[in-house]
Amino acid sequence: MLQLLTETGTRVPSDDYDPLIADVDGDALAALYEDMVVIRRIDTEATALQRQGELALWPPLLGQEAAQIGCGRALDPDDFVFSSYRENGIAYCRGVAPLDLVRVWRGVTASGWNPYEVNMATPQVIIGAQSLHATGYALGLQNDGVAAAAVACFGDGAMSEGDVSEAMVFASTFGAPVVFFCQNNQYAISEPVSVQTTVPPAERPAGYGIPSIRVDGNDVLAVLAAVRAALARAHRGEGPSFIEAVTYRMGPHTTADDPTRYRDPAELETWAQRDPVSRLRTHLETIGAMPPELETRIAQAADRVAAELRSGLVALGDPPADVLFAHVYAEPHPELERRRDEYLRYLDSFLPDPGAEEGAR
Amino acid sequence: MTTGTLTLAKALNAGLRRALAEDGKVVLMGEDIGRLGGVYRVTDGLQAEFGPRRVMDTPLAESGILGTAVGLAYRGYRPVCEIQFDGFVYPAFDQIVSQLAKMHARTNGDVRLPITIRIPVGGGIGAAEHHSESPEAYFAHTAGIRVVSVSNPQDACTMLRQAIACDDPVVFFEPKRRYHVKAEVDDAVPLDEALPMGAARVARPGDDVTLVAFGGMTGVALDAAEAAAEEGVSLEVVDLRSLSPIDYETVTASVRRTGRIVITHEGPREAGLASEIAAVVTERCFPYLEAAPARVTGHDIPYPPAKLERHMLPDLDRVLDGVDRVLGRRVVHA
Repeated sequence: MLQLLTETGTRVPSDDYDPLIADVDGDALAALYEDMVVIRRIDTEATALQRQGELALWPPLLGQEAAQIGCGRALDPDDFVFSSYRENGIAYCRGVAPLDLVRVWRGVTASGWNPYEVNMATPQVIIGAQSLHATGYALGLQNDGVAAAAVACFGDGAMSEGDVSEAMVFASTFGAPVVFFCQNNQYAISEPVSVQTTVPPAERPAGYGIPSIRVDGNDVLAVLAAVRAALARAHRGEGPSFIEAVTYRMGPHTTADDPTRYRDPAELETWAQRDPVSRLRTHLETIGAMPPELETRIAQAADRVAAELRSGLVALGDPPADVLFAHVYAEPHPELERRRDEYLRYLDSFLPDPGAEEGAR
Repeated sequence: MTTGTLTLAKALNAGLRRALAEDGKVVLMGEDIGRLGGVYRVTDGLQAEFGPRRVMDTPLAESGILGTAVGLAYRGYRPVCEIQFDGFVYPAFDQIVSQLAKMHARTNGDVRLPITIRIPVGGGIGAAEHHSESPEAYFAHTAGIRVVSVSNPQDACTMLRQAIACDDPVVFFEPKRRYHVKAEVDDAVPLDEALPMGAARVARPGDDVTLVAFGGMTGVALDAAEAAAEEGVSLEVVDLRSLSPIDYETVTASVRRTGRIVITHEGPREAGLASEIAAVVTERCFPYLEAAPARVTGHDIPYPPAKLERHMLPDLDRVLDGVDRVLGRRVVHA
């Protein structure tokens, strides 16, 4: 397993991977740390907002900050990400506004952002389905002769889905520039990874002819280096790669889950010792790249993002009913328009509700 | 321009060739569609002409075909996927109903997926298990996709070009038992001058009973109209063409004149399209109806082995039996 930063924050040299992160100086490390602190703060705030009834649901990424920031910051602007619902850290790196991360979980829209504005599809809920979308997008990149890659993000549970297998078949036989980024966070809701596979996920791709690597997913440097290597390979036209980032979901599957029913507290404690954020902080202190004023500035930045997220979220109104019918088809559909009009006439047949929100027809 | 007598299969081939030539973003994907030219030869010669990146032999994975087509469409391509047989589409069901159908709506119109899914459909050819299905109701029940079924070579060519040009996903059914039907075909009909893909067509005008059919049943319906005419009964045959949306304007305009409707399809009756059409016609034409709508459909059973399929497929006599029911000529056993 590739590790460049130990659990205690000690830098481990690597002949193969150090050249890939030679540009990551103290300032760059501090920037990665800031990303991880901010996304943890967004995640904590969103969890709190769910508990307070402002969000219907939230899938926390607590514990997976290094995997997601390492991957997100490795990407080139032209690379395109297809993810599941937990990759809010990667979305943050793509430039998705924090408020746009949570709209869908408030239930006011099915997608929080325009995928083409940030080169990242909006979250996929059907497990593994997006791995095929990434592969198809990569086939398009290949046709277009563009030196870019598609990245398929999924978890250990998705390794059992047929779509992930089919995606690796297509990617391999067509040599598509796709990076399969599997965050093995040890659980699919309550099922430990041992229910999905008796070998590490990284051992599966060999059967498809896809090179793979197992990295310490709580080590942001290792993830950054491994994803950069896989992307470079794809950009050079050398085909797909697979990365297993070994990490741990410190929180519940979603805010609707209760991990105390299936998880040993001692296991949680073991993984807490491997925390990705404190590991990097220790390293930054060791190399003298974390002066107190920087620490203060980062904490203030995180608080500011959280406050903006909260104020923006609570100000979101409910969308009007005609939105229901607006984008079902790209081209005109007279029959659906007829049925929309019937329903809107029905709604208009009610007397106005004095308590109704403006615009919430 | 290819103007000449073509089989329905060759007409589809001509339509695909024109679409590939006119738009560099059109790509064909499917099992055995390249070197072999497809098991029904619909893509015959196209890989040799346009190359293996435009006409792709894919791995044997239907979800993989549709899922990668979604990704290609995300990137601006117009994939045309061939599902080898009707019964092989179910492994792709999630990618069609949960991904393809919903993407435009769920992205508030930001992502368009102009994907055409070609599916050889229906029975009547003595085929093996899983090769004679009529799955149209599953797809017509799903918002976000359009569903069409062609019955003649000209529609096959023009409607396939329209489906590929459409910015919505289209499930395109090709009735296998009509693949060898021949007719004059012009493969260069300007798409904006052609009958819109969503419109039904009155295949034979008549006055006494409206007979609604599509795909493989259109030929049976026209034969039934011919036979009925000999007995002095005038059937108006409506070839539905589009199964989602259904052109209710054409259907109800006919029923308002005839006062009677028979709907026929190969697939099972329960929750099938005939039931939906009967319901809408009843809602919108109730004062005009002289009789309850009649459905003449396949049975609510798994598709039977070849030597029994004549009992499953409505034939001329069963269609005329339905006509007799709406004319009050036969006791209805409810």
